[in-house]
Amino acid sequence: MTDRDPGFSTLAVHAGAQPDPTTGARATPIYQTTSYVFNDADHAASLFGLQSFGNIYTRIGNPTQAVLEERVAALEGGTAALATASGHAAQVVVFQMLLKPGDEFIAARKLYGGSINQFTHAFKSFGWNVAWADPDDLDSFERAVTPRTKAIFIESIANPGGTITDIEAIAAVARKAGVPLIVDNTLATPYLIRPIDHGADIVVHSLTKFLGGHGNSLGGIIVDAGTFDWSKDNKYPMLSQPRPEYHGIKIQETFGNFAFAIACRVLGLRDLGPAISPFNSFLILTGIETLPLRMQKHCENAKAIAEWLVAHPAVAAVNYAGLSGDKYNNLARKYAPRGAGAVFTFSLKGGYDAGVELVSRLKLFSHLANIGDTRSLVIHPASTTHSQLDDAAKIKSGAAPDLVRLSIGIEDKEDLIADLDQALRPGS
Amino acid sequence: MNHDSYDDDYIRGILNGVKSIAMVGASPVNVRPSYFAFKYLAQRGYDMIPVNPGHVGKSLLGKPFVASLRDIDRPVDMVDIFRNSSNIMPAVDEALKMTPLPKVIWMQLGARDDAAAEKAEAAGMKVVMNRCPKIEYGRLSSEISWMGVNSRTLSSKRAPMPTQGMRLSLGRTSLSGGATAAADRAAKNRTDPS
Ligand SMILES: Cc1ncc(COP(=O)(O)O)c(C=O)c1O
Repeated sequence: MTDRDPGFSTLAVHAGAQPDPTTGARATPIYQTTSYVFNDADHAASLFGLQSFGNIYTRIGNPTQAVLEERVAALEGGTAALATASGHAAQVVVFQMLLKPGDEFIAARKLYGGSINQFTHAFKSFGWNVAWADPDDLDSFERAVTPRTKAIFIESIANPGGTITDIEAIAAVARKAGVPLIVDNTLATPYLIRPIDHGADIVVHSLTKFLGGHGNSLGGIIVDAGTFDWSKDNKYPMLSQPRPEYHGIKIQETFGNFAFAIACRVLGLRDLGPAISPFNSFLILTGIETLPLRMQKHCENAKAIAEWLVAHPAVAAVNYAGLSGDKYNNLARKYAPRGAGAVFTFSLKGGYDAGVELVSRLKLFSHLANIGDTRSLVIHPASTTHSQLDDAAKIKSGAAPDLVRLSIGIEDKEDLIADLDQALRPGS
Repeated sequence: MNHDSYDDDYIRGILNGVKSIAMVGASPVNVRPSYFAFKYLAQRGYDMIPVNPGHVGKSLLGKPFVASLRDIDRPVDMVDIFRNSSNIMPAVDEALKMTPLPKVIWMQLGARDDAAAEKAEAAGMKVVMNRCPKIEYGRLSSEISWMGVNSRTLSSKRAPMPTQGMRLSLGRTSLSGGATAAADRAAKNRTDPS
């Protein structure tokens, strides 16, 4: 017999946390410390040798961070997680575990512009090669598979277009190719979509966005689904082969179905160094406690605003998967029945110039390069987040030059609509 | 008995109930998983007996090696088998000859032999396959949470600080296996070639 299965909101408040053993503090304390005393030399050696559970040094792990990790792992239905300094740091750590110089991975073209940049330029200098595929043409994933392919990377809801990716179809391609599917679930959060339920082997997040939710802290996380067999075919030696830096330990053999998360910590984070600060872990953890409430409000507001924009005479098109009739509405109904998220794009009949004008006239929306804040945000992706792409690549990634991106906050929707209304009124 | 996933209460009952554990295939090499598990379980207060014919005359963390289960001079509650799936049956056969009969046969992470499990169960023993007792103890006590692992348990109680030799409470509220159902399914597909 097991006890009753707690719901998502209960996990969002409780998973990973318990009263502090020494003080009884009920809120998770901020363990603002770099290091932790050992009981004796043997304890130190067994911690360093990965034989005991415990803390050594905050670059490898921290008690506040550990609560954050277990909480997100529980919300995503994973076996374990590892938090990092940012979403981008999480991506570097994941790929360092999987790729050797000369290896390849396949990525969906519809991605956050910063990820397109990271994959195209930074990763190239490590000898990791990206092959692009189009989520609107599922065969393009299968066509991109080669013997050097080591992973497939997609966003569940893509930034900036808010388009929904067919996770199960791409998971089937990954399974056939014998490689893990990595899903960036930043825009959806586990409240809207749980990629592991649809076949993802690894989930990554920028915690900076909806999970933290208040626009105050950078953070990233890697969630291990525990589903991938890293030792098969010897394609992932970081996990299957003896590790010289740990006297020959084999990570998968020792840690079983949470081996990937452990490898990311004891090899990736330890050696690359992008640790999250305990204070950021605390702020993000506090944010997650209200994730279900915030996501409900974000989605309700986004839908109302998208519907209002569709009816506005100055608006040419609204791309929001939550609208019936949208190209991605069927996928939204399947994967995100609670709401299609709160990031979407639209274009004005006046084109690029009218978009730039609109951004400058808004008074409540903030013009900045972020999403997933309590505050409503606006940006023109083609000249900012996606500016490094040429026009053809901008269109393919969902950032055509005439598009304006909104990230809808949790203010009163009437006030957001009034702000858009005054900004769209000619001559005011 | 379903051996694809286990109720937490089943594992909890075993780990709370047994006191002495004979570990077949225990290694003195301090990077082997059997060494990790042996050391951890000893630290948590279990009476550990290392079984490995290759190391008789030596001892593991102060406990002398014995060559086989036959050579143990005291009752053993659980036999923890650190061998490949293909070497499980002989160890189970040997365990079945012990008096008193051990209460539990535990096969390590990665090891599974359904025929051996059936034989042990027919003799009234409890069986766990493809699990690590260290990981399960760490999970149910939430000690493993230091590593960002999903313990699949919740508690609003203040836990004591663990010290050397201390048994930890395994009585936290369990979430049903659903939380990591994906990992359990994947493990089943791996062992079940159909
Ligand atoms: C979908 C997505 N993934 C990853 C990132 C990168 O995250 P961070 O800024 O925390 O490094 C972002 C940031 O905008 C994002 O929107």
